Amino acid sequence: MTEVTYLTDAFTIDQVKEKITSEFSSDEVKILDKNKPRRIYCTADKDSILKLCTFLKDALNFEHCSCVSGVDRIDCFQVVYHITSYANRITIEIVVDLPHDNPEVDSITPLWGGANWHEREAYDMFGIIFKNHPKLARILLDEDVQFFPMRKDFKSGGL
Amino acid sequence: MAKMWINMGPQHPMTHGLWNLRIEVDGETVTNSEPVIGYLHRGWEKMVEDRTYPQIIPMADRLCYGSSYTWSHVYCLAVEDLMELEVPERAKYIRVIADELQRIASHLMWLAAIGPDLGNLTIFLYAMRERELFMDLFQSLCGARMTYNYTRIGGVRNDTTPEWERDLVRTLDFFEKRMVEYEDLVDRNVVFRMRMEGLAPLSAADAINLGVTGPSLRGSGVDFDVRQDDPYEVYENLDWHPCVQPDCDVYARYRVRMDEMRMSVQIIRDALKKMPKGPVRVKPPRYAPEGTGMARMEDPRGESLMYVIGDGTEKPFRLKVRSPFFVTLSAAPVMVNGCKVADVPSIMGMIDVCMGETDR
Repeated sequence: MTEVTYLTDAFTIDQVKEKITSEFSSDEVKILDKNKPRRIYCTADKDSILKLCTFLKDALNFEHCSCVSGVDRIDCFQVVYHITSYANRITIEIVVDLPHDNPEVDSITPLWGGANWHEREAYDMFGIIFKNHPKLARILLDEDVQFFPMRKDFKSGGL
Repeated sequence: MAKMWINMGPQHPMTHGLWNLRIEVDGETVTNSEPVIGYLHRGWEKMVEDRTYPQIIPMADRLCYGSSYTWSHVYCLAVEDLMELEVPERAKYIRVIADELQRIASHLMWLAAIGPDLGNLTIFLYAMRERELFMDLFQSLCGARMTYNYTRIGGVRNDTTPEWERDLVRTLDFFEKRMVEYEDLVDRNVVFRMRMEGLAPLSAADAINLGVTGPSLRGSGVDFDVRQDDPYEVYENLDWHPCVQPDCDVYARYRVRMDEMRMSVQIIRDALKKMPKGPVRVKPPRYAPEGTGMARMEDPRGESLMYVIGDGTEKPFRLKVRSPFFVTLSAAPVMVNGCKVADVPSIMGMIDVCMGETDR
């Protein structure tokens, strides 16, 4: 009935991996040895995440930012990106480590508008700062809340 | 005329839940808008960190009252990905059938909700009446009408009975006839068409960039469906195709959802034919390994995703939920800006509001 015309050639998983390794050094982006169909797992340095995402979007047809999650690993923070390509039918999982005392990373909202509220939520829950975000404000909690509830040192009272 | 900001919500018939759409109006025209959410925030992601893996299944049901089955399903898929469990073949088919039943029930509730928004109470009564048939099917399958607690990590709780399959086929036959009535009521009604056609254009490039998924994305002419492009369970064995409409307006989003209900009927019929006999459940380990698991699936509202981190204990270290409506709502200003105030309920109703999964 209809087709999407602005998508160009699709890449296979091996082609995507090869292009990433030829573009980035192993210090910047490291592809993990974990194989599942239609998935790529990698870790990235916090200074090269914006460059990697720009490369993924412009050169490798990754059009859709599925999810941005914050994680508190106690000794460090992590931001986990799930980015999907409609043309290649691949989802790439990028894990970025951030120091616990200064969690700052470049925002990817300028690339994908869909990351906007995910990054606001990660800020709201973990206090991770996304640089160059258009509006980094609390989203689920009230504006005057003074804590970051999803951090592991915040006790909920719980069971 | 001076511009001013108006709050539509959190108590407003348009919102279908607790949220607030702040709009800036110039006379009757919306010039700027900003959704405000968080009124239903329960700290779901923090709560589940205190609970064992099986205890989270009924909690996942309560993420969304409209389509609770799909949420417990995506949770089980994520944990199975973490534990590297293989689900029996019959359980996969039962899950697909339950998924599609839930999709029909959820779309019927959406249809019931937009009827009064657009000034037609009849379609509300019709759609709710047929939704009850699917609630009855769920009730005889798993004992509950809305929060089913039916999937398990490693399968489903119980097998189907031959009587249930017979009832299912009868209901589908009956429902397909009723679908014609809905289309007579809406598609052949000039007032409805005038309030939907050409309204709130969302181009394919915008929809993709803003992360809009599900029927709203396919209403913009993008042929993407997680069931087709990242198939889970047994969708690749079944005879179906995604429903796509190229027009990018509110009416296209409406048509996609109506076509999806028909497609769900087709999927269920095909799955019933191909369903093998066998066990429906394997026993999962009590402790999850260290590592991560991710699963995504096609919720009635779009792409739902769960990302779970295990640390070797019986409780998840972190469980992140990607709610499809959370992201679609962030794209609301693109759709709403430039239209009239009276069109806002029609636009927002058509993207199928569910605040439980949005605020978590």
